[in-house]
Amino acid sequence: MTEYTPVLAGTVTKYVVVESFDITPADLGIRAYEISKDAMVKETCFGLVINGKQEEVDRIIAELRKIDPDHIFVKDRGFPPGDPRRCRANLGGARPGYHGMENEMTVIPYVSHGLEAIKTRDLSTIPLPQNPLEHKELDFSRLKKLIDAQES
Amino acid sequence: MVKVFIYPATSLILSDMVSRFGHTPLSSAIAVRERIQTAGLESPPLQITPEEPKKGLRWAAVEVPAGVRGRMSLYGPQIEACEAAIIINDADLSFGCMGCARTNELIKFLLRQKDIPKLDLYYPKNEEEGVQFVAAIKRFLDALGGKK
Repeated sequence: MTEYTPVLAGTVTKYVVVESFDITPADLGIRAYEISKDAMVKETCFGLVINGKQEEVDRIIAELRKIDPDHIFVKDRGFPPGDPRRCRANLGGARPGYHGMENEMTVIPYVSHGLEAIKTRDLSTIPLPQNPLEHKELDFSRLKKLIDAQES
Repeated sequence: MVKVFIYPATSLILSDMVSRFGHTPLSSAIAVRERIQTAGLESPPLQITPEEPKKGLRWAAVEVPAGVRGRMSLYGPQIEACEAAIIINDADLSFGCMGCARTNELIKFLLRQKDIPKLDLYYPKNEEEGVQFVAAIKRFLDALGGKK
């Protein structure tokens, strides 16, 4: 077995995902390059990957969020940008974690709408969402419909 | 600042919501980062070594497949450290082989066993559900207190 020496130890990597009609990853990338000090910024098709010291990455992200706060989403990443174990340039096809992100991108417009709406609406007036743990009893009319469908 | 475990642990939306509203999300990326940044023997791609299934014995029995125990060595410490949890119940993206599927079941079981505030949700399917989804998360996180 070979010895493993980590690269960029002590740094954090974060994704900045943009889902907006007004700004593009390129706009965000330019802004990030303008304000970053000692951080690695990589532009991707969905946004940016930023690597650096925790405080510096947090500062850049806080600045980037101001551009379009309700349409910029951030999450942590384990690997640094361009890591050959994860980068699609080496593997071919999409990066393994991309599929999950792509799946959530279909829901993100609703979340963005929600973030915009809670600024103008009173939180206490917004109804609770459906509780997945709630046991739903079969409605009598629905049961009758099922029986009729089987009999006909 | 409260440590909030998110399920699915790779969720972009939950990770963003938790940090946006002033708390710390506990996600798989943080557990993977710990291993990626620790020197040792090379074990690509995730630096999961034969030691991990042994560590996983704390949360899963010895007859449980090594894949589940290895995954639990990532999530188990986070479940123990978390002070709240947000669970999305219809996350199709967290499907997987027996290793992933059983680990997901075990994660949800351990979270339900733990006496912490939990929020169960479905993904929103329209704009109004989106508003309810965000409002529920904000109310839940605000009630935890200790914001950054």
